[in-house]
Amino acid sequence: MCRDNATSLRKVPAPMHRLRCAHSGPVRGAAATNRGKERPGRVCALAAEGGCVYPADFDMTSNPTASFTLQRRHLLGIEGLSPDEIVGLLDLAEEFVVLNRQVEKKRATLRGRTQINLFFEASTRTQSSFELAGKRLGADVMNMSVGNSSVKKGETLIDTAATLNAMHPDVLIVRHSASGAAELLARKVDCSVVNAGDGAHEHPTQALLDALTIRRNKGRIQGLTVAICGDITHSRVARSNILLLQALGAQVRVVAPPTLLPSGIEHFGVAVHHDMRSGLADVDIVMMLRLQRERMNGSYVPSVKEYFHFWGLDEAKLRYAKPDALVMHPGPMNRGVEIDSAVADGAQSLIREQVEMGVAVRMAVLDALSRNLPNA
Amino acid sequence: MREAHPTLLSGARILDPSRDIDTRGDILIADGVIKDIAANLSAGLPADTEIVDCRHLVAVPGLVDMRAFIGEPGAEHRETLASASQAAAAGGVTTIVCQPDTDPVIDDPAIVDFVLRRARDTAIVNVHPMAALTKGLEGREMTQIGLLTEAGAVAFTDGTRSVASAQVLRRALTYGRDFGALIVHHTQDASLAGEGVMNEGELAARLGLAGVPKAAETIVLERDVRLTSITGGRYHAASLTCAESLDVLRRAKEAGLPVTASASINHLTLNERDVVGYRTFFKLTPPLRGEDDRNALVAAVAEGLIDVIVSDHDPQDVDVKRLPFSEAAFGAIGLETMLAAGLRLVNDGALDLATLIRATSTRPAELLGLPGGTLRPGSRADIALIALDEAWLLDAATLKSRSRNTPFDEARFEGRVVRTLVGGRTVYEYV
Repeated sequence: MCRDNATSLRKVPAPMHRLRCAHSGPVRGAAATNRGKERPGRVCALAAEGGCVYPADFDMTSNPTASFTLQRRHLLGIEGLSPDEIVGLLDLAEEFVVLNRQVEKKRATLRGRTQINLFFEASTRTQSSFELAGKRLGADVMNMSVGNSSVKKGETLIDTAATLNAMHPDVLIVRHSASGAAELLARKVDCSVVNAGDGAHEHPTQALLDALTIRRNKGRIQGLTVAICGDITHSRVARSNILLLQALGAQVRVVAPPTLLPSGIEHFGVAVHHDMRSGLADVDIVMMLRLQRERMNGSYVPSVKEYFHFWGLDEAKLRYAKPDALVMHPGPMNRGVEIDSAVADGAQSLIREQVEMGVAVRMAVLDALSRNLPNA
Repeated sequence: MREAHPTLLSGARILDPSRDIDTRGDILIADGVIKDIAANLSAGLPADTEIVDCRHLVAVPGLVDMRAFIGEPGAEHRETLASASQAAAAGGVTTIVCQPDTDPVIDDPAIVDFVLRRARDTAIVNVHPMAALTKGLEGREMTQIGLLTEAGAVAFTDGTRSVASAQVLRRALTYGRDFGALIVHHTQDASLAGEGVMNEGELAARLGLAGVPKAAETIVLERDVRLTSITGGRYHAASLTCAESLDVLRRAKEAGLPVTASASINHLTLNERDVVGYRTFFKLTPPLRGEDDRNALVAAVAEGLIDVIVSDHDPQDVDVKRLPFSEAAFGAIGLETMLAAGLRLVNDGALDLATLIRATSTRPAELLGLPGGTLRPGSRADIALIALDEAWLLDAATLKSRSRNTPFDEARFEGRVVRTLVGGRTVYEYV
């Protein structure tokens, strides 16, 4: 498709290009249009209330309504998950997307279970997403905001773990600023641990929700080219996404100034780009990362202005990508730093859908892990 | 400890790198010194002579560990001079050189004196302190190198801190030269190391941990070599880790500069992959590097480019180790395992035994001007007896150190110390 077409696509109000279905929600942009034109499509088996069109090459072999169990107690990272496990979680999440759009959103899967959200770093989005996920599955959810708790008074992570463990939680959702903190905690408690982000290491549920969002909009992950742009060095989102997207057969690129790329990134099997023009050329997905303003002080980049000029995603730079490329961001966004509002809120943006998928994916993870809990 | 009656080490393989001796025979010890070494000394011994059957043992000069962090004074909960000396004796180490990063810092002759007196009263091996190179280890003002030397400091170092100011280091090298002071420097540029907690590279990137680039070490070493060449001071790199540094060291030695270097037993026997799983007992400074660098270091010891192997013994308690990796303290204990770990390199064929003992005993004694490091008749009877083929499994719970942060828990070793003598007295016996 030529660039002029793509430009005109963006100018047209988004809804005209959406295929709506009860199961998959809005499917946007040229990909959706192409799908309708080129392929007969198949009707999604789980979309009970009216057809959902998937492209012909969409993998329908797994049955999403079947119960799916993770053969592990914890979800600490994407590393170590098999492609089958990832697909199983995504398929299960589809079920919860449907559930979440209904008036009655409750399941009883985790009834009687206790879920503790232990967040050593502030996070509105991830914490509320996990809270909602747990509650919709029937768990009793407790939020520990650690900023003003005993941890500030010198209690160690392990002390906190031991204290919480004595309260017999079933699931512990952990976010911590140190890489490996979730793994350390998991060794010290009897319950399931879900990593909600540890330092610059992993953020597995973010990668899963990103994959779900991509799969619902592109119909597949295999064969797509995904550009992850921005502060790769400090990003757990980038690491988890690289692992997951590669496991499912996508080509991954990283695009960033060299100061924001970790040493050794070339061994990750990703294509490394330093400028947006080459980095975004012909990509299907543009995944932007948040740039902490503190990085300016650390001599990573000279200024917000310069960063946005060269690496911020605006409409002009988005034109380097495929005309039907879709834009993602794990949030919270720094508008005018790594992404322009016109793009963030534009027709190619999936950013709000990512938030929706976040709840569904976390429900899927909790559901799948809960089947391993004692007495389950 | 037993009374110092005469002892005959009978039928031992006698290995003395100070005289290039590797032979079988008897060692007669009396009055704390080696009286004689010969093929057979069993005739005409005093009646109270203890005869030790050493037919399956190797007698080597006791190890001299140039870099051990103790914690006394100030952090006795981690290690005391007494507990460190027990660990040392069990590892065949007969001389410990303790580091000045205590509380208070060993930057004053009175504290040198305190450490020496505490060691005399409580330790079962020889203890000699290194004094701080700069007051308070702050990298700004040189310490009283002359008075500290007179008090008994054997070298000068800021421990695990690098002196950022080239001017301060230059002055210390220049001033210390006439006192024959050995300046021991931790070669790691603090600004370049930044928040780094392990080797920079792919593995650090995968673990999401900040890395320390090799250049942080090499840059400081290059600078220091230049400073040595304009000052003529005696310089020793405390713990080198990578091939790039070895190139710098080689050039300095070829230029005839008074530059020497150590590598820690950890860097010779472990690599960065050991930190996988965020295992904080492998969090060291300088960090463990990749396997290529480890091999290069071992080769450098084998050819004598690296002069000394140190334990880099650094006791840390669980409170500072059972933390997320980036928040945990650096350091691992090693006094008790240095020789056993070193024997791995011998068993692998990477080093011969004489080279290992030279690097752990003879060379450090020479560099520091200490007795020991030799089995020459007339010298103090600091001796380790080793059973080379004894296979064993390390159980951290049995270690004599007050801290348990060993990177070798449950490690298999072949070869262990069965008896350690300091000044002719048996201070450790494996039963």
